[in-house]
Amino acid sequence: MAENYKEITSEILRISGANPTKCMQCGKCSGTCPAYSAMEYHPHQFAYLIRSGNVEELLKSDASLYCLSCFACSERCPRGVQPAKLIEAVRLQILREQDGDAIKPEDIPCLLDENLPQQALVSAFRKYRK
Amino acid sequence: MTYSYYPGCTLKTKAKDLDRYARASAAALGIELEEIEEWQCCGGVYPQAQDEIATKLSSIRTLNAAKEKGQDLITVCSGCHHVLKRVNHDMQTNDDIRTRANNYLELDVPYYGETHIIHYLEMLRDVVGFDELKKKVVNPLKGKKIGAYYGCMLLRPNEEMAFDDPENPVIMENFIKAIGATPVIYPFRNECCGAYMTLKKKELAEEKSTKVLKSAEGKGADMLITACPLCLYNLTTNGKSELPVLYFTELLAEALGVK
Repeated sequence: MAENYKEITSEILRISGANPTKCMQCGKCSGTCPAYSAMEYHPHQFAYLIRSGNVEELLKSDASLYCLSCFACSERCPRGVQPAKLIEAVRLQILREQDGDAIKPEDIPCLLDENLPQQALVSAFRKYRK
Repeated sequence: MTYSYYPGCTLKTKAKDLDRYARASAAALGIELEEIEEWQCCGGVYPQAQDEIATKLSSIRTLNAAKEKGQDLITVCSGCHHVLKRVNHDMQTNDDIRTRANNYLELDVPYYGETHIIHYLEMLRDVVGFDELKKKVVNPLKGKKIGAYYGCMLLRPNEEMAFDDPENPVIMENFIKAIGATPVIYPFRNECCGAYMTLKKKELAEEKSTKVLKSAEGKGADMLITACPLCLYNLTTNGKSELPVLYFTELLAEALGVK
């Protein structure tokens, strides 16, 4: 593992506050994930790849951006791994880089309709920008 | 009984019905809601990262405002409730977060998660009581088959939300019974509607919402109720179905004769 990815892996673990070494790869998190079809890597793969320090592919993928923060993975994990926190930490690692924003204010006007709640805008800006 | 009340941004704009009927019904039930002064947006999503402090501050200000008034805090939007309750949990249990947040806020007295925060539905269940609520219903919604849509935010993670059984909740079904209607149990009542993905990958929100609606239709529901403006938006705008979706407070107000 390249030295810089070792550091990034420990940064991801620190930000998440979760412990992927508890994961037994049962796949229940991925089985219940509502964003499964949109994600290149799935929740149990986040746990595996972070545990083994292979975070490079997670950081190059947009998989973490499709997490819906529904917490089904964390709730249904039999080992208390909290995959949602691991995915969030990878997402933040991407967004906190310069030019890492995944949504831009100028993208918004054409996405608006008269019923769209403020809650959607606030949530999307929290999830996709730093 | 008097509570501090946090409506949140969306209840002042696109979800005015959720707010209006919550207030009218509370008044009819003898519950006084005092809106927190100069409250700020909760942020919409709970900041999960251990190193995020700034994004938790507005929630802490709200929680502390209720503490200073010596009142319990009531929310009605699922999203706000989720964020405020989880930030409060951090302030009760996470030494690092509460130290850094208090250092920043410099409150007269540091905040350590003292405020008791409840969702409006919990107030109906635990303070009013569903049996008492039933006695106050003047216009029972007889014959209506209603599916409760819980979504995610009220239930998960159960360790922090402690709202109801996260896989087999009953609070909204008991509410439906109390207002005289018939609850319809359906498989997708606690699965995600697609949330903020409506702005990032709309087709995913369409797929998720449609699954929820078809699941409820398949079990014979005439309508769904929700406590979340974003769920209501996804179900009614992105979902491929004509099934009506209403705020639970609207049906409550109707049953209490204050709509």
